Amino acid sequence: MFKAIADPTRRAILDELVDRDGQSLFEICTRLAMKHGLSSSRQAVSQHLDVLEAAGLVTVRREGRYKLHHVDTAPLGAIAERWPPPGPGRP
Amino acid sequence: MLRINLTSVVVDDQQRAFDFYTGVLGFLPKEDVPMGEHRWLTVVSAADPDGIQLLLEPEGHPAATTYKAALVEDGIPFTSFAVDDARAEYERLSAAGVRFTQEPATMGPVTTAVLDDTCGNLIQIASMDG
Repeated sequence: MFKAIADPTRRAILDELVDRDGQSLFEICTRLAMKHGLSSSRQAVSQHLDVLEAAGLVTVRREGRYKLHHVDTAPLGAIAERWPPPGPGRP
Repeated sequence: MLRINLTSVVVDDQQRAFDFYTGVLGFLPKEDVPMGEHRWLTVVSAADPDGIQLLLEPEGHPAATTYKAALVEDGIPFTSFAVDDARAEYERLSAAGVRFTQEPATMGPVTTAVLDDTCGNLIQIASMDG
Protein backbone atom coordinates (compact mmCIF):
# COMPACT_ATOMS: atom_id res chain seq x y z
CA MET A 1 0.00 0.00 0.00
CA PHE A 2 2.83 2.43 0.81
CA LYS A 3 4.26 1.82 -2.63
CA ALA A 4 0.84 2.46 -4.11
CA ILE A 5 0.52 5.92 -2.56
CA ALA A 6 4.18 6.83 -3.05
CA ASP A 7 3.51 7.88 -6.62
CA PRO A 8 2.07 11.36 -7.30
CA THR A 9 -0.03 10.22 -10.27
CA ARG A 10 -1.61 7.51 -8.16
CA ARG A 11 -2.33 10.01 -5.40
CA ALA A 12 -3.98 12.27 -8.00
CA ILE A 13 -6.11 9.34 -9.16
CA LEU A 14 -7.28 8.80 -5.57
CA ASP A 15 -8.00 12.55 -5.23
CA GLU A 16 -10.20 12.44 -8.31
CA LEU A 17 -12.04 9.28 -7.22
CA VAL A 18 -12.76 10.90 -3.86
CA ASP A 19 -14.12 13.90 -5.78
CA ARG A 20 -16.45 11.59 -7.72
CA ASP A 21 -16.54 7.86 -7.09
CA GLY A 22 -17.14 5.35 -9.88
CA GLN A 23 -15.26 6.67 -12.91
CA SER A 24 -14.32 5.08 -16.20
CA LEU A 25 -10.72 4.90 -17.35
CA PHE A 26 -11.52 7.68 -19.83
CA GLU A 27 -12.80 10.06 -17.17
CA ILE A 28 -9.80 9.42 -14.93
CA CYS A 29 -7.39 10.07 -17.82
CA THR A 30 -9.25 13.26 -18.76
CA ARG A 31 -9.22 14.56 -15.20
CA LEU A 32 -5.51 13.83 -14.79
CA ALA A 33 -4.73 15.69 -18.00
CA MET A 34 -7.03 18.67 -17.49
CA LYS A 35 -6.83 19.20 -13.74
CA HIS A 36 -3.36 17.93 -12.90
CA GLY A 37 -1.48 18.54 -16.11
CA LEU A 38 -0.49 14.87 -16.12
CA SER A 39 -0.18 13.54 -19.64
CA SER A 40 0.19 9.87 -18.77
CA SER A 41 -0.85 7.52 -21.52
CA ARG A 42 -4.04 5.56 -21.09
CA GLN A 43 -1.96 2.43 -20.70
CA ALA A 44 0.16 4.03 -17.98
CA VAL A 45 -2.96 5.13 -16.09
CA SER A 46 -4.38 1.64 -16.47
CA GLN A 47 -1.20 0.25 -14.90
CA HIS A 48 -1.42 2.77 -12.04
CA LEU A 49 -4.98 1.58 -11.46
CA ASP A 50 -3.75 -2.01 -11.34
CA VAL A 51 -1.30 -1.06 -8.58
CA LEU A 52 -4.02 0.75 -6.63
CA GLU A 53 -6.33 -2.22 -7.08
CA ALA A 54 -3.67 -4.62 -5.83
CA ALA A 55 -3.27 -2.42 -2.74
CA GLY A 56 -7.01 -2.56 -2.14
CA LEU A 57 -7.38 1.21 -2.59
CA VAL A 58 -9.37 0.92 -5.81
CA THR A 59 -12.02 -1.61 -6.70
CA VAL A 60 -13.25 -2.23 -10.21
CA ARG A 61 -16.91 -2.93 -10.74
CA ARG A 62 -18.65 -3.87 -13.94
CA GLU A 63 -21.94 -2.13 -14.52
CA GLY A 64 -23.40 -3.72 -17.60
CA ARG A 65 -20.97 -2.89 -20.38
CA TYR A 66 -19.10 -0.28 -18.35
CA LYS A 67 -16.06 -0.81 -16.16
CA LEU A 68 -16.02 1.69 -13.29
CA HIS A 69 -13.36 2.40 -10.67
CA HIS A 70 -14.26 3.02 -7.06
CA VAL A 71 -12.05 4.28 -4.26
CA ASP A 72 -11.72 2.38 -0.98
CA THR A 73 -9.83 4.28 1.70
CA ALA A 74 -10.22 1.53 4.31
CA PRO A 75 -6.65 0.23 3.89
CA LEU A 76 -5.36 3.71 4.83
CA GLY A 77 -6.69 3.09 8.33
CA ALA A 78 -3.64 0.85 8.84
CA ILE A 79 -1.45 3.96 8.77
CA ALA A 80 -3.37 5.65 11.60
CA GLU A 81 -3.42 2.39 13.52
CA ARG A 82 0.33 2.06 13.36
CA TRP A 83 1.10 5.75 13.88
CA PRO A 84 -1.97 7.18 15.60
CA PRO A 85 -2.53 10.90 15.05
CA PRO A 86 -2.88 13.09 18.14
CA GLY A 87 -6.46 13.17 19.35
CA PRO A 88 -8.66 13.20 22.43
CA GLY A 89 -6.95 11.34 25.27
CA ARG A 90 -3.61 11.43 23.48
CA PRO A 91 -0.83 13.94 23.97
CA MET B 1 -9.94 21.51 -52.54
CA LEU B 2 -11.18 18.67 -50.34
CA ARG B 3 -13.88 19.50 -47.82
CA ILE B 4 -15.10 17.57 -44.80
CA ASN B 5 -18.86 17.25 -45.13
CA LEU B 6 -19.58 14.10 -43.17
CA THR B 7 -18.70 12.30 -40.01
CA SER B 8 -20.12 9.06 -38.74
CA VAL B 9 -21.08 7.02 -35.75
CA VAL B 10 -21.18 3.27 -36.16
CA VAL B 11 -24.49 2.01 -34.84
CA ASP B 12 -25.75 -1.50 -34.16
CA ASP B 13 -29.27 -0.69 -35.40
CA GLN B 14 -29.93 2.11 -37.87
CA GLN B 15 -33.62 2.59 -37.07
CA ARG B 16 -33.03 2.70 -33.31
CA ALA B 17 -30.16 5.10 -33.92
CA PHE B 18 -32.37 7.31 -36.09
CA ASP B 19 -35.04 7.40 -33.40
CA PHE B 20 -32.51 8.27 -30.70
CA TYR B 21 -30.48 10.83 -32.63
CA THR B 22 -33.57 12.65 -33.92
CA GLY B 23 -36.22 11.97 -31.27
CA VAL B 24 -34.03 12.27 -28.17
CA LEU B 25 -30.87 14.18 -29.05
CA GLY B 26 -32.77 16.51 -31.38
CA PHE B 27 -30.95 16.19 -34.71
CA LEU B 28 -32.95 16.62 -37.95
CA PRO B 29 -33.28 13.95 -40.63
CA LYS B 30 -31.25 14.77 -43.75
CA GLU B 31 -30.76 11.89 -46.16
CA ASP B 32 -32.35 8.47 -46.14
CA VAL B 33 -31.43 6.35 -49.17
CA PRO B 34 -32.11 2.60 -49.26
CA MET B 35 -28.90 0.67 -49.96
CA GLY B 36 -29.74 -3.01 -49.96
CA GLU B 37 -29.66 -4.33 -46.42
CA HIS B 38 -28.84 -0.93 -44.98
CA ARG B 39 -29.59 2.75 -45.59
CA TRP B 40 -27.54 5.84 -46.32
CA LEU B 41 -28.92 7.61 -43.28
CA THR B 42 -27.74 11.02 -42.14
CA VAL B 43 -28.87 13.63 -39.67
CA VAL B 44 -27.88 17.28 -39.19
CA SER B 45 -27.95 19.80 -36.39
CA ALA B 46 -30.96 22.11 -36.31
CA ALA B 47 -28.42 24.87 -35.70
CA ASP B 48 -26.77 24.14 -39.05
CA PRO B 49 -29.11 22.16 -41.34
CA ASP B 50 -26.83 22.62 -44.36
CA GLY B 51 -23.71 21.83 -42.35
CA ILE B 52 -21.75 18.69 -41.66
CA GLN B 53 -23.88 15.55 -41.73
CA LEU B 54 -23.70 12.76 -39.23
CA LEU B 55 -23.90 9.37 -40.92
CA LEU B 56 -25.58 6.66 -38.86
CA GLU B 57 -23.38 3.94 -40.24
CA PRO B 58 -24.23 0.25 -39.82
CA GLU B 59 -21.66 -1.85 -37.99
CA GLY B 60 -21.30 -4.21 -40.92
CA HIS B 61 -18.11 -5.90 -39.68
CA PRO B 62 -17.56 -8.03 -36.57
CA ALA B 63 -14.41 -6.06 -35.73
CA ALA B 64 -16.49 -2.91 -35.36
CA THR B 65 -18.55 -4.58 -32.64
CA THR B 66 -15.41 -5.65 -30.77
CA TYR B 67 -13.85 -2.21 -31.12
CA LYS B 68 -16.95 -0.43 -29.86
CA ALA B 69 -17.35 -2.75 -26.87
CA ALA B 70 -13.74 -2.10 -25.85
CA LEU B 71 -14.27 1.67 -26.04
CA VAL B 72 -17.47 1.48 -24.00
CA GLU B 73 -15.81 -0.66 -21.34
CA ASP B 74 -13.20 2.02 -20.74
CA GLY B 75 -15.71 4.86 -21.03
CA ILE B 76 -14.18 6.29 -24.20
CA PRO B 77 -16.57 8.33 -26.36
CA PHE B 78 -16.88 7.40 -30.04
CA THR B 79 -17.20 11.08 -30.90
CA SER B 80 -18.02 14.43 -29.33
CA PHE B 81 -20.66 17.06 -30.06
CA ALA B 82 -20.56 20.74 -29.20
CA VAL B 83 -23.31 22.18 -27.02
CA ASP B 84 -23.87 25.68 -25.63
CA ASP B 85 -24.16 24.46 -22.05
CA ALA B 86 -23.18 20.91 -21.15
CA ARG B 87 -24.87 21.07 -17.75
CA ALA B 88 -28.18 22.25 -19.23
CA GLU B 89 -28.04 19.51 -21.88
CA TYR B 90 -27.27 16.98 -19.18
CA GLU B 91 -30.41 18.05 -17.31
CA ARG B 92 -32.54 18.03 -20.45
CA LEU B 93 -31.34 14.64 -21.68
CA SER B 94 -31.37 13.00 -18.24
CA ALA B 95 -35.00 14.05 -17.90
CA ALA B 96 -35.62 12.39 -21.27
CA GLY B 97 -34.24 9.14 -19.87
CA VAL B 98 -30.74 9.28 -21.37
CA ARG B 99 -28.14 7.36 -19.45
CA PHE B 100 -24.93 9.26 -18.69
CA THR B 101 -21.71 7.42 -17.89
CA GLN B 102 -20.03 10.66 -16.89
CA GLU B 103 -21.87 13.48 -15.19
CA PRO B 104 -20.91 17.02 -16.18
CA ALA B 105 -17.34 17.76 -15.13
CA THR B 106 -15.62 21.09 -15.60
CA MET B 107 -11.99 20.71 -16.52
CA GLY B 108 -10.19 23.93 -17.23
CA PRO B 109 -12.10 25.84 -19.91
CA VAL B 110 -14.38 23.00 -20.93
CA THR B 111 -17.33 21.17 -19.37
CA THR B 112 -18.00 17.67 -20.64
CA ALA B 113 -20.42 14.85 -20.01
CA VAL B 114 -20.67 11.42 -21.62
CA LEU B 115 -23.89 9.66 -22.59
CA ASP B 116 -24.87 6.24 -23.93
CA ASP B 117 -26.47 6.44 -27.39
CA THR B 118 -28.25 3.05 -26.94
CA CYS B 119 -26.61 1.87 -30.19
CA GLY B 120 -23.32 0.72 -28.74
CA ASN B 121 -21.54 4.06 -28.37
CA LEU B 122 -20.66 6.59 -25.76
CA ILE B 123 -20.99 10.18 -26.95
CA GLN B 124 -19.34 13.18 -25.33
CA ILE B 125 -21.02 16.57 -25.20
CA ALA B 126 -18.77 19.52 -24.53
CA SER B 127 -19.22 23.24 -23.96
CA MET B 128 -16.63 25.96 -23.69
CA ASP B 129 -17.14 28.08 -20.59
CA GLY B 130 -17.16 31.83 -20.55
